[in-house]
Amino acid sequence: MTAAPEKFSLEPERYELRSSALHHFNLQRRDFFKVMGAGIAIFTVAANASAAQESGARRHDGDQDQPKDISSWLHINDDGVVTVFTGKVEVGQNTRTTLAQSVADELRVPLASIRMVMGDTALTPFDMGTFGSRSTPYMSPQLRRAASAARDLLLGQAAAEWKTSPDKLVAGGGKIINPASGAILTYARLARGKTLAHDLPDADPITPPAKWTVAGKSAPKLDARAFVTGRHQYTPDLRPANVLHAKVLRPPTFRATLVSVDLSAAQAMPGVVVVRDADFVAVAATTERTAEKALAAIHAEWKNTPQISSKELYSYLKENLDTEEKPSPHEKGSVTNALAAAAQRHEQTYTVAYIAHAPLEPRAAVADWKDGKLTVYTGSQRPFGIQEELASALHIPKDRVRVIVPDTGSAYGGKHTGDAALEAARLSSAANRPVKIVWTREEEFTWSYFRPAGVIEIKGALTLDGKVTAWEFHNYNSGGSGIQTPYDVANQLIQFHPVNSPLRQGSYRGLAATANHFARESFMDELAHAAQIDPLEFRMKNLSETRLRAMFESAAKTFGWPRKKTQPGQGFGMGGGVEKGGYVATCAEVSVDPNSSEVRVVRIVTAFECGAIVNPDGLRHQVIGANIMGLGGALFESIDFDNGRISNPHFAQYRVPRFRDIPQIEAILLDRKDLPPAGAGETPIVGLAPAIGNAIFDATGVRLRALPLAPHGLKLQKNNA
Amino acid sequence: MPIHAQVNGKSRVFESDPDTTLLFALREELGLTGTKYGCGEGQCGACTILLNGAPRRSCQLSVNDAARKSIITIEGFEQNGQLHPVQQAFLDQDAFQCAYCTSGMIVSSVALLQKNPNPSEPEIVQALQGNICRCGTHGRIIAAVQQAAKAMHGRTP
Repeated sequence: MTAAPEKFSLEPERYELRSSALHHFNLQRRDFFKVMGAGIAIFTVAANASAAQESGARRHDGDQDQPKDISSWLHINDDGVVTVFTGKVEVGQNTRTTLAQSVADELRVPLASIRMVMGDTALTPFDMGTFGSRSTPYMSPQLRRAASAARDLLLGQAAAEWKTSPDKLVAGGGKIINPASGAILTYARLARGKTLAHDLPDADPITPPAKWTVAGKSAPKLDARAFVTGRHQYTPDLRPANVLHAKVLRPPTFRATLVSVDLSAAQAMPGVVVVRDADFVAVAATTERTAEKALAAIHAEWKNTPQISSKELYSYLKENLDTEEKPSPHEKGSVTNALAAAAQRHEQTYTVAYIAHAPLEPRAAVADWKDGKLTVYTGSQRPFGIQEELASALHIPKDRVRVIVPDTGSAYGGKHTGDAALEAARLSSAANRPVKIVWTREEEFTWSYFRPAGVIEIKGALTLDGKVTAWEFHNYNSGGSGIQTPYDVANQLIQFHPVNSPLRQGSYRGLAATANHFARESFMDELAHAAQIDPLEFRMKNLSETRLRAMFESAAKTFGWPRKKTQPGQGFGMGGGVEKGGYVATCAEVSVDPNSSEVRVVRIVTAFECGAIVNPDGLRHQVIGANIMGLGGALFESIDFDNGRISNPHFAQYRVPRFRDIPQIEAILLDRKDLPPAGAGETPIVGLAPAIGNAIFDATGVRLRALPLAPHGLKLQKNNA
Repeated sequence: MPIHAQVNGKSRVFESDPDTTLLFALREELGLTGTKYGCGEGQCGACTILLNGAPRRSCQLSVNDAARKSIITIEGFEQNGQLHPVQQAFLDQDAFQCAYCTSGMIVSSVALLQKNPNPSEPEIVQALQGNICRCGTHGRIIAAVQQAAKAMHGRTP
């Protein structure tokens, strides 16, 4: 096995949306009640393609005893506890709480009676992964359907006992009530002694947002007390008996190959397990310190390959296109004709750097072989994907691999791959003991993957009265998410150009939507200034999408747009857009100090709408959190590299937002009870970078077209100040 | 040679080598895994503990540095099922998302309030500048420290 992936580039969108080849789930339905005890169980069957992609065990082993395409299930036991099984994972986005709210709402039980079992390949149905803002729009309705069916079943049970019709009964507070007689049967009582299983093939109607009772209101994080007392166990906190601690010998540069290695000194150390498998060299020992010493005792010779540096990055991206994978462009009207005929033509180039997710919990895994079966705990967004990676790398059948994801110390799109899981599993098979690996911060900054860097070129044409008539947009490498313009432009040519990335790259909160919005909304600001129209008015003139218009109007109103400058160095800007069913607009105020050249974001107002709001407080967390995370990428985050090495793989060199960087932030949330809920973890990030860039231009007259905008502040020329 | 220290009010003995990091020994030897590894470089604050009452990065200390001293970790604040006012305030303000930074934030906040029972917002920012929260919960953490300061008014932290 090799620890590093063979294919170096990991294109984000295509990678995310690629379905696994073989779907499978381990818990046989006939074994279900053995695990869960007596009670009532509902198994939902994926009814349509999107649900099947989201979840759904499409089985291939011909066992007719099991229903096909099971996407989720829940169980009500005889003490009234409702256990919900979903392959989604909790990484700080609070989906454990919001999914539980939806079930409680639909089943008519208090939130406290819900237990969520998440991200466990042996217990939960197949799920592609927790990414793409899909849990709320796709998993939540599935669980609601299961809960709704359970409610119907309970109503039917009670009706049979009382010899009446179910439609004369009501469900509420974990009970079935007969309003005519005043009789009550609790769910616990109805589940007692039963092993009732029910498949749910159809899309039953679910409760519309306007009638929600538990959902739609703020609910605190489930199990919150375990987090303030330090009791919650993240993957690195697991301590199985006899566990060994692992360290991996990392190559000195990316793409380096092992020429020779002398393991003898490490192998001679007592209690040290040493593994060499192809270019994978690693040790495990009873303490981390001993493992470090063993690693230091290994002498290896590597062959390095010359590679580019960050300085050459953007020309490299333009010159190293992956022509095989090139998607077809989006075309409408004729950009060529419209540009030729235009009153005004403009063109600009924007760039975005590679950035790191830097989750505070680094990649970690605990692997244990017992009786020929492998169990791996790991912080990941794709437990089933990692199960597959492990089975394939270790050449064992998938049903002998169980992956469990404890609630994880954040991910932001950065924990899709199973690198740490593979390393721990390989060592554990050699050591015949449980092995734990926790990546160091330097490993996390170096050997994980990055948000793709990119170059974006835009051409636009304007009429004399400020209507955009042509829009040509080329994105090199960073990706296709959020690439379409929401503005009304008759002539469009929009194209994503895949590139053979010099660094390993992958998913990130919002994917390429941040880059595409940065370029598009900066360019819209440039066009507004060229047309000599206020940036808000200019957008409105070119935008008929009502939900997005409402966001711009709402953010601008709270922000006080247009604002008068009251001090030197002050500036105001905006940016916004549509992505993954979420509508966002952000206004920012910046202050540029002409003496220190420091750029400070003073105030942010973000308006966001994603349909009906499931948990207002949780949504506020996501919107504000996305803005703070976005602040780092907008102003100062950048992965620097040279000849196969990352030059800033430490928090001391790679600056992330800290308390002193945090501006005043207001989140305006529009609750659309008339619309189904969409996801919210990603889209609120996209308006911030252009809003800041546009505000810097407003403050200084300097147009910045590269993310990060001002990693070392902004030195002003005399004539700009 | 075993090293003795007071850990959360109890006399404990470390068997680890004296050059083991205090963070590793607390977590792996004593099982006090509430103290987190975030960077191992003293840059993120996730491993903050109180050493003789002062906030210290346990990843930057060896077991030897703790010899005969008093250590308080996140597990040491709850008394008889009663949360420390700072823990209660974090809970009330929902001042966490993934919560991996929470232990370090709470320990740093307790240390601040011991020194300065009524900190201004800039003083809170200053005290927590060395603690990284990647989820962007800073505003609520500041509100939690302010709530705790009020709740503890006139009490010894």
